Amino acid sequence: MMTIGLHHYLVVSGLLFGIGLFGIFWGRKTIISILLAIELLFLSVNINLVAFSVYLKDLVGQVFVIFILTVAAAEIAIGLAILVIYHRQRQTINIEDMSAMRG
Amino acid sequence: MITYYTAIFLPLLSFITVGCLSKQLNHKQASTVSCTLMSIATLCSYRIFYDTVVLKHHYHLKLLTWLQVDQLTIEWGLSFDPLSCVMLIVIMTISTLVHFYSIEYMAHDHGFSRFMAYLGLFTFMMLMLVMANNLLQLFFGWEGVGLASYLLIGFWYHKESANAAAMKAFIVNRVGDLGLILAMGGIYYIFNSLDYATIFAQLESKYTVFFSLTGYDIPALEVVAVLLFIGAMGKSAQIGLHTWLPDAMEGPTPVSALIHAATMVTAGVFLIVRLSPLFEHTVYAKQIITVVGATTAFFAGTIALMQYDIKRVIAYSTCSQLGYMFFAAGLGHYNLAIFHLFTHAFFKALLFLGSGSVIHALSGEQDMRKMGDIYRAIPYTYGAMWIGSLALTGFPLLAGYYSKDAILDAALNSATWYGQYAYIMGIIAALLTALYSGRLILMTFHGTSQMDDKVKNYIHESGFFILSTLAVLSLGALTAGYIGFQVVNDRGFWQQAIVLLHELNPQHNSFILEYLPTIVCLAGLTMAGFLFSKCTSQIEQLKLTCSKLYNFLYNKWYIDELYQKAIIQSALNLGQQLWIRIDQQTIDRFGPNGVAKLTMSAARIISRLQSGYLYHYALVFILGFFAIVIWLSFMTGFSQ
Repeated sequence: MMTIGLHHYLVVSGLLFGIGLFGIFWGRKTIISILLAIELLFLSVNINLVAFSVYLKDLVGQVFVIFILTVAAAEIAIGLAILVIYHRQRQTINIEDMSAMRG
Repeated sequence: MITYYTAIFLPLLSFITVGCLSKQLNHKQASTVSCTLMSIATLCSYRIFYDTVVLKHHYHLKLLTWLQVDQLTIEWGLSFDPLSCVMLIVIMTISTLVHFYSIEYMAHDHGFSRFMAYLGLFTFMMLMLVMANNLLQLFFGWEGVGLASYLLIGFWYHKESANAAAMKAFIVNRVGDLGLILAMGGIYYIFNSLDYATIFAQLESKYTVFFSLTGYDIPALEVVAVLLFIGAMGKSAQIGLHTWLPDAMEGPTPVSALIHAATMVTAGVFLIVRLSPLFEHTVYAKQIITVVGATTAFFAGTIALMQYDIKRVIAYSTCSQLGYMFFAAGLGHYNLAIFHLFTHAFFKALLFLGSGSVIHALSGEQDMRKMGDIYRAIPYTYGAMWIGSLALTGFPLLAGYYSKDAILDAALNSATWYGQYAYIMGIIAALLTALYSGRLILMTFHGTSQMDDKVKNYIHESGFFILSTLAVLSLGALTAGYIGFQVVNDRGFWQQAIVLLHELNPQHNSFILEYLPTIVCLAGLTMAGFLFSKCTSQIEQLKLTCSKLYNFLYNKWYIDELYQKAIIQSALNLGQQLWIRIDQQTIDRFGPNGVAKLTMSAARIISRLQSGYLYHYALVFILGFFAIVIWLSFMTGFSQ
């Protein structure tokens, strides 16, 4: 029976983080996918924090996770709100069309 | 003392008032203001003349310190001595008369106030020139009159020819001015000062100063004198630098009378006479002055004979008479040079203003071929032109007779080769003067009428202002010679203002030589009368047979063409090459344009990074984040 140690958590969170990153770079369909990917990044970081918190027996990490979840929720709410307005204006949330900043 | 300031500064006041209010003042107000100021200044100038010459008060007024650099101190000063006072009354008299003349002559011009303002500026600058007590202030006036001359030649700025003539006058004068500037540098080097008095005091000790030039030692005084003369040549239109003067006739006629006959062009003669002690310490410079002056007298006379523009004939005549003044100065007779300057101012201003009256009468026609048979219509002008011409040719007892005779006598009596040369040239020039003067009178006033009917019906004698001006100048042309003759050799009159080396003691070899100038004058007039009224067809024949000579003279010795080919064209070519090769293809290409191009292409490359896609920015952000983390890790050495 294999005991689940710190490094397992770290590997999982690292994988999640990687998936999140690739989601940002490759998920080029809509901006929703990018938001989801960002959410994934947050979660992987949260897993990291919780794992270290247990490992170091320090509750501050877990408290911090609660904060991060709150902030993430707020952030995603704002992000979705912007998205709704954007869709009203442009009738699209396709990321390929969002290139007004092109030099 | 207020008299002195009044005489000098009222013309400036006239310039400022009329110039600043040129839009507000109408014709009557502008002429009232400027003529009143000028008249007061003229009366003051006579008072000054009386004070200086008769009462022998020599004032040297110091106004301000201009600049002070190391040992060089230049002051604004006014020095009143007989020489400057003679110039003062000549300038003020002619200038005031020209002001009055312009009231009528320029009446219909839109720029009348501007014209009067420029005349005031000119008068003030000319006074600065002659009243200066140092060379730098003289140079200030010298350039000031050049500026006024430029403005007035180009007064009708909508005419392209007038603009070109104005620029030509300015640029040709620059050549002469270079000489004057170099001379001032040389004088400061030698004497450590630019004040006349300081220079003259040190002359004796500076004989031995030499400029070393590629192994040759050249006496410094000679060099300076020649450079000064080059400056004078430019201003006084001597051969080589004379080309601007005939073209300057593009300006209004009062300007030609004031600037290009009576005053400004004589500034060169004045410069040499002012510095006469310096020139007396030279040998070769005086020879050069004499030869150039004598050659100009002859050369300009030959050209005047073949010109058809009435003002150009008189302009070349001015050139020729300036030649007389120069060779008189070159022979050491500075008093005679000033005497001729004095008489010349009257009769040449008279001739110019008279020809202006003719032009006025003929609705602006200047070509003598289109005149003729108008002496009945404009009898007063006709009379004035006769007086002016006779005074110019040296007809007995008129102004030119005294001064020209005295100069030719002096040349005859100087036992030098250049004196003899000047005498021969002077006699020939006197003959030419009589010929072209006679020709001018006959072509303009006599013969058959060549005008079209429109002009013909409109011929009218000029009004009060023009005729009264002509009357005053005629009086001057009749009497100036006699008056001047009484004092010209008088040491008590000149009071050390100029060098008077030679007492004139005529030792004529024969009756013929004594009266030769007069004989030549009368013969010339008779010949002219005969040739240009009776033998016109023969003259046409002669023109055809001697067409080479005729063309040579008609085209003014091809000097303008020579300059065009030799100097102007090559300068333009050089400029073109420098512009294309150096400026366009080197400096512009690698300089501003190169940098701009480089920036553009760099910006184009860098702007590709700005794709506008969110995921690109995110990628860069992440990569940057990793890079910073890795870098920080290395920096801290993975500690802990």
